[in-house]
Amino acid sequence: MDVLPILIDWLPYLLSGVSSTLGLVFAALGLGVLLGLPMALGQVYGARPIRWAVGIYVWFFRGLPILILLFLFWFGIFPAIGLGHLSAFVVGAVVLGLRGAAYQSQIFRGAIQSVSEGQMIAARSLGMSRFTAIRSVILPQAVRIALPGWSNEYPNILTDSAVCYAIGVVELLTITARIVTQTHITIPIYLAAAGIFIVLNYGGLKLLHRLEAKIEIPGFGSGAM
Amino acid sequence: MNDNDIVLRVEDIHKSFGGTEVLRGVSFDVHCGETKVFIGPSGTGKSTLLRCINQLTPPDRGQVWLDGEEVTNSGARINYFRQKIGMVFQNFFLFDHLTALKNVELALLKVKGMGKAEAHEKALTELRQVGLEEWADHYPAELSGGQAQRVSIARALAMDPDVILFDEPTSALDPELTREVLEVMKKLARNGMTMLVVTHEMGFACSVANEVLFMENGVVAEQGSPDLLLHDPQFTRMKDFIGRIDSRMDD
Repeated sequence: MDVLPILIDWLPYLLSGVSSTLGLVFAALGLGVLLGLPMALGQVYGARPIRWAVGIYVWFFRGLPILILLFLFWFGIFPAIGLGHLSAFVVGAVVLGLRGAAYQSQIFRGAIQSVSEGQMIAARSLGMSRFTAIRSVILPQAVRIALPGWSNEYPNILTDSAVCYAIGVVELLTITARIVTQTHITIPIYLAAAGIFIVLNYGGLKLLHRLEAKIEIPGFGSGAM
Repeated sequence: MNDNDIVLRVEDIHKSFGGTEVLRGVSFDVHCGETKVFIGPSGTGKSTLLRCINQLTPPDRGQVWLDGEEVTNSGARINYFRQKIGMVFQNFFLFDHLTALKNVELALLKVKGMGKAEAHEKALTELRQVGLEEWADHYPAELSGGQAQRVSIARALAMDPDVILFDEPTSALDPELTREVLEVMKKLARNGMTMLVVTHEMGFACSVANEVLFMENGVVAEQGSPDLLLHDPQFTRMKDFIGRIDSRMDD
């Protein structure tokens, strides 16, 4: 049996899963930042109830296997709160994002706490409010400190996104499995899918490293810290 | 000097950390254009005193008045007072992610609400004051300690403060860099800036200070012109202290 022509025939279909997978990843990463950064700020600067709430959130989303989270939200939580009509794609992206937020909040928290105390003292001594000091002095430094660690979230979420297969999101793994069923060719098809994951992984990290280099400041950040 | 030109009034400041009373009732007045120097052994509350003035460390008891308005217990208005009370730190505390120029600009933009062009001009002017105009685009990590401290002085100056607090501004610097920072401070004093300086630099104290306050165990033990404290036989404690430092250096 000649595998290669069959593989080439199915390749466009396989590649059509890329946009869906990347959609999941970017939506989840974006949601992760949107929730993770305020959560980190809440954990560092917030009142005790806020710190507790964030702690419980992080404990919950980091403590459960991703597949259980996915099923919980898909079969239980979303239908129960009247969001049963959401597509599998949206649910998958939201669950990956909620879980990513838990991890990202801890990356940002560590970065915020590693900005030296003198930065806040100097800012306040000039008459800045706490809010202005955080926004204009602490966060720009914390984001630079966080970026290398944050970049790891991209390959994490990219590989995690494949579990959305379990709730029927039509992403790369789902399409791969369909092709396998149709052609009865297993290993070469999975290898092709693996190759696509590796390329996406490499390309994304390359872009993130370029971003790191772009916002680098002499003597500050990964080199000096 | 009369009471009308009092810029800053400090009254009976007390501060404890844990069970230790660091400040035990410190009072003094600062007149416009005056330079007061605080000298004394480590741990006698000199730095804490400066931080109590701008409420970075709120005192347990006592009041601070700036131009007749109470700074202590001022709630959110403290940000208004801090604009008028500049501060320079031992370890500079420059904003590490900003160039020298942006360090000076930041509070002009975010606190004073100045326009970009105006803030830029003002920041350049202040950097020129401390002789660092051509270093405007360098980041803190690219500056020597002396340059960094001069930028931090420019940053304080840019707010047009009524008084500047210097918290051991040269203690982290070697003698050569210390000299360049002291030169800038002497120039400020000559130009009529009101300054409170915690330092161990006796030379600076003698040449610039209108008054020296010798602090020991959380109180002002001796107070007067440098000449008086060093030469009048009725004052002994600061002389003893300086003698101890000198003999240690001779060893």
